[in-house]
Amino acid sequence: MKDIQKILEERILVLDGAMGTMLQRHKFTEEDFRGERFKDWPVPLQGNNDLLSITQPEAIKEVHRLYFEAGADIVETNTFSGTTIAMADYEMENLVYELNYQSAKIAKEVADELTVKEPHKPRFVAGSIGPTNRTASMSPDVNDPGYRAITFDELRIAYKQQVEALIDGGADILLVETIFDTLNAKAALFAIEEVKDERNVDVPIMVSGTITDASGRTLSGQTAEAFLISISHIPMLSVGFNCALGASQLTPHLEVLSQKADFSVSAHPNAGLPNAFGEYDETPEQMAEQIKEYMEKSLVNIVGGCCGTTPEHIKAIADLAKNYKPRKLTVESC
Amino acid sequence: MIENKPENLSTTNRQPSTRKYLKLSGLEPMIVSAETNFINVGERTNVAGSRKFLRLVKEEKFDEALDIARHQVEGGAQVIDINMDDGLIDGKEAMVRFLNLIMAEPDIARVPIMIDSSKWEIIEAGLQVVQGKCVVNSISLKEGEEEFVRHAKAIKRYGAAVIVMAFDEVGQADNYERRIEISKRSYDVLVNQVNFPPEDIIFDLNIFPVATGMEEHRKNAVDFIEATRWVRENLPHCSVSGGVSNVSFSFRGNNIVREAMHSVFLFHAIKAGMNMGIVNPAMLEVYDDIPKDLLEYVEDVILDRRDDATERLLDFAETVKGVKKEQTVDLSWREEPLQNRITRALVKGIDQYVVEDIEEARQSVDKPIEVIEGHLMTGMNVVGDLFGSGKMFLPQVVKSARVMKKAVAYLLPFIEEEKKKNPEAAQGNGSAGKVLMATVKGDVHDIGKNIVSVVLGCNNYEIVDLGVMVPPEKIIQTAMDEQVDIIGLSGLITPSLDEMVYLAKEMERKNFNIPLLIGGATTSKAHTAVKIDPQYKNAVVHVNDASRAVTVVGDLLNKRSNQKYVGDLKEDYERFREGFLKRTKQKEYLTLNEARKNKYAIDWSNSEIIKPNQLGIQIIEDFDIKKLEPYIDWTPFFRSWDLHGKYPAILTDEVVGEQATSLFSDAQKLLQKVFDEKLLGAKAIYGLFEANTIHDDDIEVSSENGNFTFRTLRQQLKKHAGKPNFALSDFIAPKESAIQDYMGCFCVTTGFGTAALAKKFEADHDDYNSIMIKALADRLAEAFAEYLHEKVRKDDWGYANNEVLSNEELIKEAYKGIRPAPGYPACPDHLEKITIWELLNVKEKIGVELTESLAMWPAASVSGYYFGNPEARYFGLGKIKEDQVKDFAERKNIDFESAKKWLNPNLQD
Repeated sequence: MKDIQKILEERILVLDGAMGTMLQRHKFTEEDFRGERFKDWPVPLQGNNDLLSITQPEAIKEVHRLYFEAGADIVETNTFSGTTIAMADYEMENLVYELNYQSAKIAKEVADELTVKEPHKPRFVAGSIGPTNRTASMSPDVNDPGYRAITFDELRIAYKQQVEALIDGGADILLVETIFDTLNAKAALFAIEEVKDERNVDVPIMVSGTITDASGRTLSGQTAEAFLISISHIPMLSVGFNCALGASQLTPHLEVLSQKADFSVSAHPNAGLPNAFGEYDETPEQMAEQIKEYMEKSLVNIVGGCCGTTPEHIKAIADLAKNYKPRKLTVESC
Repeated sequence: MIENKPENLSTTNRQPSTRKYLKLSGLEPMIVSAETNFINVGERTNVAGSRKFLRLVKEEKFDEALDIARHQVEGGAQVIDINMDDGLIDGKEAMVRFLNLIMAEPDIARVPIMIDSSKWEIIEAGLQVVQGKCVVNSISLKEGEEEFVRHAKAIKRYGAAVIVMAFDEVGQADNYERRIEISKRSYDVLVNQVNFPPEDIIFDLNIFPVATGMEEHRKNAVDFIEATRWVRENLPHCSVSGGVSNVSFSFRGNNIVREAMHSVFLFHAIKAGMNMGIVNPAMLEVYDDIPKDLLEYVEDVILDRRDDATERLLDFAETVKGVKKEQTVDLSWREEPLQNRITRALVKGIDQYVVEDIEEARQSVDKPIEVIEGHLMTGMNVVGDLFGSGKMFLPQVVKSARVMKKAVAYLLPFIEEEKKKNPEAAQGNGSAGKVLMATVKGDVHDIGKNIVSVVLGCNNYEIVDLGVMVPPEKIIQTAMDEQVDIIGLSGLITPSLDEMVYLAKEMERKNFNIPLLIGGATTSKAHTAVKIDPQYKNAVVHVNDASRAVTVVGDLLNKRSNQKYVGDLKEDYERFREGFLKRTKQKEYLTLNEARKNKYAIDWSNSEIIKPNQLGIQIIEDFDIKKLEPYIDWTPFFRSWDLHGKYPAILTDEVVGEQATSLFSDAQKLLQKVFDEKLLGAKAIYGLFEANTIHDDDIEVSSENGNFTFRTLRQQLKKHAGKPNFALSDFIAPKESAIQDYMGCFCVTTGFGTAALAKKFEADHDDYNSIMIKALADRLAEAFAEYLHEKVRKDDWGYANNEVLSNEELIKEAYKGIRPAPGYPACPDHLEKITIWELLNVKEKIGVELTESLAMWPAASVSGYYFGNPEARYFGLGKIKEDQVKDFAERKNIDFESAKKWLNPNLQD
């Protein structure tokens, strides 16, 4: 099996698509979410997708398998909300270690399966680290802009638990993603560095921010370049953007990263913008057509999908990616 | 498990690059490259450096403290240094609180933060609340290598750059060798041991004073400069910083020498590689402008070139002490080429020689229009660039416009002549576009509108100014007749908002397709986005300052890109609208009845109610306005010129101080003229009456003109427990208490004569003084209201006859009792002005009128109520619900729709 860095120099790597969209197809009921083990849990659990790694592991593995078979090199663990902060809604803070460990473990099992089948195309597992549902540099109270619902230290401790479990479960990469607030991401990166230090291990880190709208800024107000500078103190495998926008809306911001970053650049956009019903209806062909621009302009090294994307989308992207060379990593300073 | 196959996964693909630059970020990036100029760090937000900031933090006036930060950024600080190290403050808490507040202010948070403290716990607390890449100020080897390494590692993990002081276990570096020794050692530890990125290291090499008279201080400056050179040459990628004002410490009180010393020092230090530092721009002379003799003496001292350098500079300093720079008028620029002279006259606002120069220019060209398109536009472009880059301030630009107008006025007859001779060729119109400007129907305020007109005029736009109180039909008709490219509407009072909405609807109905600009004190982006923008298909832009107006109009009229720009604007406003509508839903409101139950309850049986000495109505005519001078609150005057800061501190402000001083001196000149020649007429009418609250929210007043009722409005926003829902009626004893209470009302004006004076200035192409006289009249009216309130408190009502307050305390409203004005936050309903007018007979007695939108004419007038209860206080009504509008309409006996129209700005959406 080859070093992921080496592979990145040779070709564009493909990341998987949406987990939520795939799970919706199962129309899981409250009982399905609970399974036998949580049938008496005091609060409703429907919607706690991360929990399905424990109660419906085969369904999760099937999604991973479909994405790998569609051509993905990397799949993300089903752990977007796997912190004590996000799990508080379900009173499942104490299950955070297990959720992350199991999610990484089952993803890794599928990855190994496929790697054995196709040794020339090794498959990787990225431990997904979401933004949590709190922001460290914005106030949720419009009348009190100085208020904060969460501190850096609270985030750092929560992220640290998640990171340790993901690594123990077998994640090859850590993916800090959908970053609305750079300060949250800095706390996650701080936690990762602490774990690396304490365990004396190394693990590649992918970082992916979210430009929330056409203003070209993150929710916490930073431009793409300011975001890049704010997280560049950590050695990274890649930096990129995901979610909130469709592929073509993301292009100008990827251009910034592509010019300025001396790391690989990743992108996993949504299947367009949501329609009036909140659904994403861009077809695989439509999305691939836009992603073609990334490749023609040589903007990215890793590309995949976020909300609304399916294995069909990933297949269209993977088929496209084969025909293009990855972005070169020699970056002019400044 | 990851340990099993680390060989597969190298952590990073960071490429080594030859040149590494210090990169910082706030909301926006800041990169210190070889090409960037010297980075100026703002340090007014430092409790050790600014007494004012210290006081504000101590008093927890964080809003004002934020203004200081904003001011620094607006003034060009590229990084702001924040320091809360003071024995009487909880530094950690203050740092976190202030940084959190800054993060909510995008216009401040766009620049990187320098977290400044000698206490590690404060630095760390700061690093934990800032998302951007900060600078830590500072660490050093003072407490030994172990602690130095520990802190550096943490800073690296938080992702910040660091200032390293040239300080070690032995002490502070005070000569060349020690500076090099300590920086080399610090650098090696950081780069080799901590793996700290060298481009993120900034050395502070200690700037110490020179010319102190002590032999050992002679080389202080030159050692710093030479050490800077060594560091930049031998310690790759790092930066050098320092606080410049230290160097001239021994010449405190002699700014001419100090400014020259700072310039000379920086000139040499920057050449040696200093690329960052704390410099007060107001304390800096242009290097080339330092007189040759002074330059020589100062360079001798800074560079330690002579044994007697200090003595010679001291002697020379005596001769320039107290000499004001302005007094020596340097006319050497008159020798320069024509274009330079014209440009200089425009930039400096000198109109003395402009006719002479323009005549020379006219003779040099074929057609007179070429002077406008050539010479004058070249000069105005320089003005535009300087203004755009923050190197010129608004009053200067208005002065430039005065010169421009004089020049154009001189040329006009020649241009007309040329047109007659050559009618076809004269069609060339150099204008960048035509802008219609108007203050809407019912509104009389035009200072802001005039400033925007002047600034746009400076940028080569043709302005069609329809003045004040312009009916919508006239705006629409003129826009069509003149084929304007943009319409700009201004308004200060709340009813004007509805006028603007109406006009947008009319433009849509008439199928207009030109952008609409909205400005004026009462307008907001929220109102524009929610109420005006949806009415009209083309762009509707809220522009509240003159400098933005230029770029916005430029973008709107740029034929190549304006379609996209308009599209983006529409989208932006739509998003803003959605966000705004969503947000307002989150607030909770009480019903009017619930709010009344939670009224502010004064214990009437124990309340101190004083019967006025003088009940009834009184009139003041032929008032000597010179008496108002001490009552003037100058701060808003500067604000009306886009200069932000508190008077008198603004006069010495490092960014706008010079400009503010010059503006203030021009204002003083005009004010004295107004006093001496009695150019403005001041009148007042006021009365004190028996009054009682009835039905919770109304106040019944009895006077010699009969009985009147004031309707007040009550806050309806749901409050925290224990906080009342105020209405002004809460401050007057209710009828059922059987206690006789009192209130008053008033109207003052200083506006008679303003319009005529302004016209006279305009006829003389002097917009500067035309705007100035209006701004002064406004200030005098406010001062008159303040004066009269004091007189009422002390004499007529007499409840405060022992009161002694300074002007500053008056401005801070430190007195007992309040004088709220209809149309302002406590009583935003303008309709009650009609009751005041009827009660006092204002129009008949002193001639101040109400327009259809209930603005006062002349504009420089103030009217309001007097409440004397010691518990009376100012508050903001906030949003109210429809049930109160309905109740108000019934109480006032007007129909619901018209009540709704008047209260619309306060109606919860």
